[in-house]
Amino acid sequence: MELLQFARGPALTVALAVFAFGALWRLLGVLLLERRGVYSAPRPGAPSIFASALAGIIGKMWPHATFLKQSLFPVLNGYLFHLGLAISVLLFAPHILFIKSISGLSWPALPSNLVYGIAVVTAVSLVAALVHRLTDPVLRLISRADDYVSWMLTFLPVVSGIAAVSHIGARYETLLAVHILTVCALLVWFPFGKLMHAFLFVVSRGETGIRFKHRGADI
Amino acid sequence: MTASTTATGVAFDAQGQASDEQRRNLAMQALVRDLAATGAAQLESCVRCGQCANACHFYVTTGDPKYTPIRKLRPLEQAYHRHVGPFAPLFRLFGIVPRVTAAELEEWEQLLFDSCTMCGRCTLACPMGIDIADLVKQSRHAMFAAGLIPDRLELMDRTTKLWGSPATPSEDFADIIREAGTQFGVAMKIDEPKADYLITVAPAELTEHTKALADAAKVLNALGVKWTYHSDGFEASNIGYLNGDIALQETMTRKLIDAAIKIGAHTLVLPECGHAYGAARWEAGRWYGDKLPVRVIHMTEFLDEAVTSGRIKLKKVGQSASFHDPCQLGRRGGVIKAPRNILAALGVEVKELADAGTVGWCCGGGGGVVSNKRADPLRYRVFEMKRRQVEDAGADRFVTACGQCRITLNLGASKYKWDRKAESLLELVADNLIA
Ligand code: SF4
Ligand code: SF4
Repeated sequence: MELLQFARGPALTVALAVFAFGALWRLLGVLLLERRGVYSAPRPGAPSIFASALAGIIGKMWPHATFLKQSLFPVLNGYLFHLGLAISVLLFAPHILFIKSISGLSWPALPSNLVYGIAVVTAVSLVAALVHRLTDPVLRLISRADDYVSWMLTFLPVVSGIAAVSHIGARYETLLAVHILTVCALLVWFPFGKLMHAFLFVVSRGETGIRFKHRGADI
Repeated sequence: MTASTTATGVAFDAQGQASDEQRRNLAMQALVRDLAATGAAQLESCVRCGQCANACHFYVTTGDPKYTPIRKLRPLEQAYHRHVGPFAPLFRLFGIVPRVTAAELEEWEQLLFDSCTMCGRCTLACPMGIDIADLVKQSRHAMFAAGLIPDRLELMDRTTKLWGSPATPSEDFADIIREAGTQFGVAMKIDEPKADYLITVAPAELTEHTKALADAAKVLNALGVKWTYHSDGFEASNIGYLNGDIALQETMTRKLIDAAIKIGAHTLVLPECGHAYGAARWEAGRWYGDKLPVRVIHMTEFLDEAVTSGRIKLKKVGQSASFHDPCQLGRRGGVIKAPRNILAALGVEVKELADAGTVGWCCGGGGGVVSNKRADPLRYRVFEMKRRQVEDAGADRFVTACGQCRITLNLGASKYKWDRKAESLLELVADNLIA
C-alpha cells in the first residue's frame, strides 16, 4: 500500500476511533464521578447555574488586569497559537474539502496564502511557547512529560503541513502522507494528555463559575 | 509528636506512631475519598501555564518556584491519576504515574500548610478556573489523616477537641463575656434561653481582642434586638476546617448551628474572622442539607445591614483609610462592598491599596499559617509586601474585618517596628455609634 493511502485510510480511521472513544471515555470518567451538593444558601441575586457556568467560561478568557501585567507573554502568545491553530485547521481550503468529503459539511475558506502565513506564525509562536517552558524556572519545575509530548504532537502537524504546502524536502504525496500521519499521532494522543483541555476547560471553568457566582464573588 | 527533616532537608512534624506505609495508605484513602467530580475535572484541566505562580504571595515574595500553587497539589494529582481518573488502570499498569510515597507527603507538609493560606488568589488567576485553594483544603484532609500536619496546628486541634475552643475551656466562656462587659462597661447577654441573634466569636477575641466582644454587644444593644452569646455554640473559627480534620469541622459546625436552633435564633452572626465565614457560611449545610434553619452572616454584613438601613447612626470620623480585604470574606466570599459601605457611613475616605477587593493580597497568615511558628519567615516576607502597599496608598488608617488578619499584620508591624496598626472595622463602628 502506498504511504498516502495508508495514512488516509487505516491510519486515519484508527486514529479517529481512538480519539473519539478516548475523549468520550475521559469526559464521562470525569463527569460521572459523584457530584457534591451545594451546601449553602446562595447570595441573594446570584444568577442561575447556567448563567454562572457561562460567566466562568467566558470570564476566564481574559485575566484580571493585575495578573495580565505579570503574565503578558504567556497570555498573548497563548492566544496567538490557539487562534493560529484554529484558523489553520478550519479555514484552509484543502482541509475544508477533506472535511466535506467525509462529513458533507463545508464553509468558506480564507485565501491559502494567508493561511500559510498564519501557519508559519503559529509555528513560531509554538516554538516561543516551548522556549518559555524550557527557560522559565516555574514552568521547568511544573512541566510533565505530557507537556512536551503534547507540544511536539501539536507542532509536528503544523510544520509538516507547511512543508507539504510549500513542497519542501520530498515529493508532495510523501509530504502529505507525513502530514496526515502526524495528525493521526496527535489524534491518538489527544484523549490521554493535556490536549483534552480543549473540552475540559468548559467543565473546569463552568464549575468555578457556579461556585463563585453562588457566593456573589468575582471569577 | 516528632519534628524531623526529610532527606532533602525540609522540616516536617508527624503525629502518632503509624509506619510510613500506614501513613501513606491513610492519606491515599482520604485523597481518593474526597475526589468528587468538580475537583477531578479541575485536576484534569491544568495546562501547566504557570500563571498561578505570579498570583501567590509565597512565590512572589520568595521567587522560589517550589511555591507554585499547582505544584502544591502534586500528591493529590498523583492519587487522582493512579486511583480515580478515567485512565487510572493504564497509568498504574505502565507505571506512568508513580505511587505517592510517605517521603513525598512529608515534604509536602510544608507546601500545604506553611506556604498556603488557602487565599484563592491562584484560583482567580488560573485561566482554566482550577480552584487550587479548595484542592489544597482537600489535600489537607489527607495530611491530617496521615498524621502529617504542623505540631502547632495539631495542638490547636487537640485543645479544641478538649475545650471546645483553641483559646479557652467552654466552661470559662460565660465568665470571659461577663468580664469583658464589666471592663468595657457594656451590658452583655450570655446563655439567654431564647434570642433572635446568636453571636459567635473567634479565639483571639477570648484572649487579646476582648474589646471586640463588648463592641459587638454595644452595636446589638443599640439595635434593640434580642441577642445572646451562648456557651453551647460560640467558637466560630473552625480549626477542623483549617487542619483538614473533617470530624472536628463537623463537631464545631454542629455546635454553632445546634445552639442557634436551640435558642430559636433566625440569624447566626460570625465574628470578624475570614475562615469562620468560609467554614460556616459555605460549608455548614454539608451536615444540614441545603436549607440551613438559620441565616449565617459575617459581622461585616451584619454591620452593613444595620448601617445601610439606618437602624444605627454613626459619627463622621473623617480621615482616610485603606481596607485590607480578608480573602475568605472578599475574594472567596463575595463580601467586598459591605465594608466600604460602612467606611463611607463613617465618613471615611477609602484609599484603595494597589490590589484591593477581589485581587487583594492575603495578609500571609490565613489558613492557620499565623499559628504555625515554622512559617514565620515566609509570613514576614508577605508582610513586607503588604506594608509597601499600605504605605503607597497613603491613607490615615488601615482597617480590616478579620481578627487573624489583624494579628498577622500587627505581628509583622511589631517585628519591623512599623508604626501602623491594623484596626478592626467593628471597633471603629462601635466607637463611633451615636447612642
Ligand atoms: S494557572 Fe491553572 S492551568 Fe496554569 S499551571 Fe496554574 S493551575 Fe495549571
Ligand atoms: S491559595 Fe493563596 S497561598 Fe495558597 S497557593 Fe493559592 S495563592 Fe498561594
